[in-house]
Amino acid sequence: MNKKQKKMLIRIIISAILLVVLQCLSSISILPENGPIRFITYMIPYAIIGYDILLKAFKGIRNKQVFDEAFLMAVATIGAIALAIYSQSGDYTEAIAVMLFYQVGEWFQSYAVGKSRKNISELMDIRPDYANIEIDGKLEKVDPDEIEIDSIIVVQPGEKVPLDGIVIEGTSTLNTAALTGESLPRDVGVGDEIVSGCINETGVLKIQTTKEFWDSTVSKILDLVENATSRKSKSEDFITKFARVYTPAVVYAAIALAFIPPIVNILFLSNEPQWNIWVYRALTFLVASCPCALVVSIPLSFFAGIGGASNEGVLVKGSNYLEILSKTKTVVFDKTGTLTQGVFEVNGIHYNRISEEQLIEYAALAESASSHPISKSIQKAYGKEIDRTRVSNIKEISGNGVIAIVDGHSVAVGNDKLMNSLDIQYYECHSVGTIIHMAIDNQYEGHIVISDIIKPHSKEAIKELKKNGVKKTIMLSGDAKSVAESVAKELAIDEVYAELLPVDKVTKVEELLQMKKDNNEVLAFVGDGINDAPVLRRADIGIAMGAMGSDAAIEAADIVLMDDDPLKIAKAIKISRKSLRIVYQNIVFSIVIKLLCLLLVAVGLANMWLAVFADVGVMIIAVLNAIRALFVKNL
Amino acid sequence: MKKSYKIDVDCAACADKMEVAANKTEGVKKATVNFMTLKMLVEFEDGQDPKAVMNEVRNNCKKVESDCEIFLK
Repeated sequence: MNKKQKKMLIRIIISAILLVVLQCLSSISILPENGPIRFITYMIPYAIIGYDILLKAFKGIRNKQVFDEAFLMAVATIGAIALAIYSQSGDYTEAIAVMLFYQVGEWFQSYAVGKSRKNISELMDIRPDYANIEIDGKLEKVDPDEIEIDSIIVVQPGEKVPLDGIVIEGTSTLNTAALTGESLPRDVGVGDEIVSGCINETGVLKIQTTKEFWDSTVSKILDLVENATSRKSKSEDFITKFARVYTPAVVYAAIALAFIPPIVNILFLSNEPQWNIWVYRALTFLVASCPCALVVSIPLSFFAGIGGASNEGVLVKGSNYLEILSKTKTVVFDKTGTLTQGVFEVNGIHYNRISEEQLIEYAALAESASSHPISKSIQKAYGKEIDRTRVSNIKEISGNGVIAIVDGHSVAVGNDKLMNSLDIQYYECHSVGTIIHMAIDNQYEGHIVISDIIKPHSKEAIKELKKNGVKKTIMLSGDAKSVAESVAKELAIDEVYAELLPVDKVTKVEELLQMKKDNNEVLAFVGDGINDAPVLRRADIGIAMGAMGSDAAIEAADIVLMDDDPLKIAKAIKISRKSLRIVYQNIVFSIVIKLLCLLLVAVGLANMWLAVFADVGVMIIAVLNAIRALFVKNL
Repeated sequence: MKKSYKIDVDCAACADKMEVAANKTEGVKKATVNFMTLKMLVEFEDGQDPKAVMNEVRNNCKKVESDCEIFLK
């Protein structure tokens, strides 16, 4: 609670107690039933609870801003008091109670919003407070803002990494949970790049910074999240416009309600005008009409949804994107790096006569001088230190493979072209991927299948998407047709387009966009942000994944998944659906209850108490409902 | 040029009023008020002095919503 809220709470309590005391006094007839003494004593709690509203209403009138809440409340309560004097009922309780409940409502709203604001900002709090610099052997805490590129900073266990950089000393485990939502620890050692915002868990690290603070990952993410709700969704725009029309309309309706029926009574029906009844109804009408339930709960729902998502490692750049995402019907994937890991790995060894280990050993040794990704993957599969002294006469034949002498044997490692040129009979492979044939002393020894491996969650991710209203999944790939098709088949993707250049991907997405029948059906593109930035921009909504450290992805995409897990796409869609569901619930609930209450008031079936419920009660329910959007962990 | 300012305001409807008032102020190209993060993002027209414009924005906002505050750096 802040100071303002505390003060308000005290005012609410004092005036509530005073009101109860006065009621008791008047019920045992100590207080006169009427007259100036009663009026003055009752005005004390009214003044305590309502002085600021009256003041604000007055200021509003002076500044020609008459249609605001303070004005409505001031008119309603003063009117009720005037009626009590006029009809000599001495019933001032109603006016005070209305003001009291209104203030309770306002207080609750400010408390709830303040609380969720705080919760959400805590969720998103990855801002480092300081960086350690070593000066004369002593660590000194410095504002990360002041650190220049290429400075050496020290990060101790338990501290946040304040700036992006490269480890120059020490090893440790980093916790990336604040950035990715996954508490999967990452091991780092000398030479590794690390991004700011991670928490250093085990060892002391010395880091050479590569970026200034404003340019580092943590600042970019914070900037993005903080400005997220500035891009307003259609629902928010609707509410804003609605409120701008609604409030004046209600005031005119109230004026009409106060004057027209009495005038009709006098002129046409020759009845009593019944001014007090109609003025009372008009005032009640005003109390019931406040649009605050809507104007507070809708942005709050979006804000909570975005906050909850960011806690799960899904950054949404604006409430409008959350809204669009919820309507996703088609998801287009980039293959490499999105559904597959984008790293090559030995996937199988076939037709080998010698043991697999031995085959890999020979291959790794023969390829030891090469830095080609394929050679790297073979060396990785071998997994042991390569003893270069066992290899000699390495001959690399570009586009074909390598021939070398290993342990005195002539080893040929390469594709079918190499085998053909050496006149060696080889077997075709039925698996999909890059095939590396091996021959030792001109004798065919089998082949190694190397392929890009599918991410562990890809299949589940596609299934989850289908379960959550996505009608069609499409994969685009620059890879060979056979490779792309087999990946698509394994993942149960509906359509696949292979052998596309980056430019073709844009054209393809444009084609797909044109094929859409309904503008309400959204096409999302998911890529890893590397060379597919134009496609990310072109799609209805661009989702970039694995954004840790990739500026291009953060800039081009509308939604950024902080880690590489494609399952997060479905999660993001579920979060957006939940938020939007809450938004619609609140819109419908508030408007329906409001209109119903207004109707009841107009026909005289409701008193000011119901009107207060229509105002404060609806608002409280809507705010509580909005806060639900924050809880997305178990979606 | 774009600048972001911290604001203080109690209700979402009031924040919306501030946005309208800020947008009507001369020198402001576009202003967005974010009630949830209590920030006002102002894009100034070319050649305008943000300080002078923001003073005017603050006055205009005070007129429509007496309880609000814009913290000018």
